[in-house]
Amino acid sequence: MGMTDHIVKAFTEQLEALGASVAQMGGLAEAQLADAIDAIAKRDTTRAEAAVGGDKRIDELQQDIEARALRLLALRQPMAVDLRETMGAIKIASELERIGDLAKNIAKRAIVLNREPPIRLTQSLARMGRQSLAQLKLVLDAYSDRDAGGAETVWRHDGEIDEMYNSLFRELLTYMMEDPRTIGLCTHLLFVAKNIERTGDHATNIAEVVYHMVKGGRLITDRPKADTTSETSVPFSSKS
Amino acid sequence: MSETWNDWRLGLWVGAAALLAGGVLAGLFHAGGLWACAVLAVAVAGSAVFAGSRAKISGPVRPDAASGKELSSLPALARGVFEQVPDPIMLLDANGRALFVNRAMREVIGTDATNKHVSALLRTPAILEAIDATSESGKPASLQLILPVPVERHYEAYIGRAEMGATVTVIVLHDLTAAKRAEQMRADFVANASHELRTPLAAVSGFIDTLRGHARDDAEAREKFLGIMSVEAGRMRRLIEDLLSLTRIELNEHVRPSKLLQLEDAVSDAAAALAPLAESDNMTVEIERQPGLPLIRGERDELIQLFQNLIHNAIKYGRENGTIRITFGLAPSPGGRNAEAFVFAAVHDEGDGIPADAIPRLTERFYRVDVKRSRERGGTGLGLAIVKHIVNRHLGRLQIESLPGQGSTFTVFLPAADTASPVHVTELS
Repeated sequence: MGMTDHIVKAFTEQLEALGASVAQMGGLAEAQLADAIDAIAKRDTTRAEAAVGGDKRIDELQQDIEARALRLLALRQPMAVDLRETMGAIKIASELERIGDLAKNIAKRAIVLNREPPIRLTQSLARMGRQSLAQLKLVLDAYSDRDAGGAETVWRHDGEIDEMYNSLFRELLTYMMEDPRTIGLCTHLLFVAKNIERTGDHATNIAEVVYHMVKGGRLITDRPKADTTSETSVPFSSKS
Repeated sequence: MSETWNDWRLGLWVGAAALLAGGVLAGLFHAGGLWACAVLAVAVAGSAVFAGSRAKISGPVRPDAASGKELSSLPALARGVFEQVPDPIMLLDANGRALFVNRAMREVIGTDATNKHVSALLRTPAILEAIDATSESGKPASLQLILPVPVERHYEAYIGRAEMGATVTVIVLHDLTAAKRAEQMRADFVANASHELRTPLAAVSGFIDTLRGHARDDAEAREKFLGIMSVEAGRMRRLIEDLLSLTRIELNEHVRPSKLLQLEDAVSDAAAALAPLAESDNMTVEIERQPGLPLIRGERDELIQLFQNLIHNAIKYGRENGTIRITFGLAPSPGGRNAEAFVFAAVHDEGDGIPADAIPRLTERFYRVDVKRSRERGGTGLGLAIVKHIVNRHLGRLQIESLPGQGSTFTVFLPAADTASPVHVTELS
């Protein structure tokens, strides 16, 4: 009895430690994205440099999580929810690693942007970035709380970031047509907008993983048929 | 006999250690009164933690017997004392699990945390590193902690370790948000005001020059120019009013309102104030009350302003001679870290609707879907930004739905009051 007890306990502990590492990696990705967004919003090159340097630790942690998850799979052969948790850790870690890369790219462009005169649109970009940061925070909370409903909310709201991207894209094009001297600057802004939009997509992917981890089903198939909020662009809901 | 003596001696040690930690704490923060209270609480609860743990750990207690001894909960006395401290406090056991979080800390992390690992609660890397370092070395640490979502908050975090049979790591946060916000608001106000006032000001001074110059004796031109100047002056006045109220709201955005009220009353007041305007535009405002809705915690004046802005927009952008409908209801919680239920009020208009890609940007400061139309109707571009910040402060949600050609619906969801927990507030004016 003591023996099996010990084994089960050790397994649970290892799984929990894996979850804690994923949460920690989430914290790193959050901080890096926040640094990158702030670097743009407040024209703060120091924060930008912090964000550029920040992704090494994220990469290391991802490799560590992957190795530990593989060892769990090989030695413990987990089933059902334990299996989904283990696989979920691997998947979420790789999404977070991508977010880290995108944040690094945003930060690099922020350094260039901060050398140029300020333009009003950077504030709209920063706002879009904060929206994406909020999505990331909510999905990481949902992961920590094993909250399928929270994951679903994040999943539903991704459309807003996409719409913001479309609107900014058009505005930037108009800007460039009006004054071709701004093309260099605006191209950086376009890439920043695209990268922010991508971070939103990765947050949505994490939401799908969390939902699957908790419920076993898939968000796309489990979703009530009557609700087509994000497939049709109208009616469109917007969270402040 | 000697057992009892050991108990006493240990209790004294812990008390002394806690006071010492408290002293360090107070020194770190230079913040008089509040901290004196926190220090006392740490001291009292510190000894209580210890007394509680003693009861559970069998055999003689050694101060270094940390490993393997776990504290599962905190005694009632310590719980009660900590719960009252207005600063967020979290206690972690030797494995980094939350042993206890007080109410102020629950408000920061937004969830019940007991028994969860700290990395699931405070993900910020800097604080996790500091917690690791302190729980290993025992050296206290303090650092700046910024939580950017949902409303940016700034804290000074203090981390200390208490060694008493079992190892307990103490995390105390000191809220610096108010000061940081005041600083930021001032900068934003100056930037916004100087940018947005420039255009109308340039128009007014241009016309003054013209009136002094070649239009000096032209009565017709004078009338016309004075008319334009009056419109521009009106725009500047509205802009300054809106900027001031936005600044005021943002300053208190991190402070939850405490007064209980009925949402329907605030909406009725807002509609009543705009009745003459609606009438002169031939619009009808219909309020469909729904009896029996729970109360909400809110700032009455801010909520009136919120609905005035929404109804005013509906009058400005609704169909001519149309109807503005306001409905109420109760929505269940989406679950997770949200409130139990939300009371909502929806303002429907029958206007042209809003393009889908403009919707998420409507609450952006100075964003206008149609610049010309907004200017014609005297919009400052701040109305919905004000709405958003008021909703944020109330921990609510704003939902905008629009069908081109058929009208728009702005729905404000506000958490139904949990009348059980009183809220402490310090407001800035």
